[in-house]
Amino acid sequence: MFAVIMLSGIYGLLSASFFVAMDAVDVAFTEASVGAGISTLLMLVAITMTGRSEHPVRHKPVLALVVVIVTGSLLIYGTLDMPYFGSVTAPVHQHVAPQYINDSMQQVGVPNIVTSVLASYRGFDTFGEVVVIFTAGMGVLALLSVVRRPKGIAEIDSLNKSMHEEYLVLRIVAKMLIPFILLFALYVQFHGDFGPGGGFQAGVIFAAAIILYSMLFGMSTARRVINQSLIQLLAAIGVLLYGSVGVVSLLEDKHFLDYSALSADPIAGQHLGILLIELGVGITVASVMIIIFFNFAGRKNSEQNQESNES
Amino acid sequence: MILGLYNYWIVVVLMMIGFYIVIAHGNLIKKIVGLTIFQTSVFIFYISMAKVEGGTAPILAEGIKQYSNPLPHVLILTAIVVGIATTALGLALAVRIKEAYGSIEEEEIQEKDNLDC
Repeated sequence: MFAVIMLSGIYGLLSASFFVAMDAVDVAFTEASVGAGISTLLMLVAITMTGRSEHPVRHKPVLALVVVIVTGSLLIYGTLDMPYFGSVTAPVHQHVAPQYINDSMQQVGVPNIVTSVLASYRGFDTFGEVVVIFTAGMGVLALLSVVRRPKGIAEIDSLNKSMHEEYLVLRIVAKMLIPFILLFALYVQFHGDFGPGGGFQAGVIFAAAIILYSMLFGMSTARRVINQSLIQLLAAIGVLLYGSVGVVSLLEDKHFLDYSALSADPIAGQHLGILLIELGVGITVASVMIIIFFNFAGRKNSEQNQESNES
Repeated sequence: MILGLYNYWIVVVLMMIGFYIVIAHGNLIKKIVGLTIFQTSVFIFYISMAKVEGGTAPILAEGIKQYSNPLPHVLILTAIVVGIATTALGLALAVRIKEAYGSIEEEEIQEKDNLDC
């Protein structure tokens, strides 16, 4: 199982390089930090709790193989009508896409078209996505949150101390890296209008830095630095910030999330609006990722406590 | 040239690998890994559709005529982050199932359910 998860991490990194090759720099950014970083970590934490070995399959997988091959060949038959790879005349490139590419500079004034589509033209979709992320975070919280206070914190602390002495090099290197990771996350956050980047990527990178910190310095130290209820509050504030930008434009007699209402100059309004909602997205994504990780790892710790208390 | 469709075939192969893991393995964590592979194949499908021959990344700059299509990039960018959030939810469910049943193998869980009835 360990090998499976490590391989899936490598697969995430590989697909990120695919995306660079296919001109999707923003997507590659996200996939590199999510696929190779956070998802691998979460799966590792999950298998420490569910066991590392898989029982051998008792039924024969022939039926599954047949189903898969039949579905696969049907799908390949279906692709025969599809436009060729890289073709300019493909239907995808005919409808709204040329409009975004040609008009977004006059209408939104942001060079990165991905950002202007994400935050301005399809702002309502993105709002939905943020709410989904928020809901998933709340779901994890509801499923995994530990109500009772973990006992024997002193024991864990002494355990952590011995661990820290063992991994001294790792800890010092991480200590030097973490400020730069955090700084880079902020750069990605606020430079998203001009280069690849934005709230989603920045949130994930920021969360990765915090997770690195809590892995190397122990959960109890991390809990002391990062207040749980503050993080939960921040996750809600991010969504609220996004939503209230929309409500402000409603109050100004414009459509929901029409940023030209935010300022006398429509372009300046767009800039302000994109900045605010990207900030909302970044805050929510970062805090939801931290909540998810803390709850997984916190559950692990409390389980160990129970076992040590019983024995 | 029929070989111009190779991107879709890669996607189909990846998708079927993910699908096979989901239906052939009983371990819930492995099923989630399979779903992740399935999901990534859909990402690659969208991004490969967005690619335009001779185009560059969709960031406006002087002297560039041809850009790749930005719209699928936006959709997938958000889908990746939503994907990790939902994967985490799935893993959380698996952890709770392990606590309740003592196992994450599908068959053992079913046996225990049958015994309870």
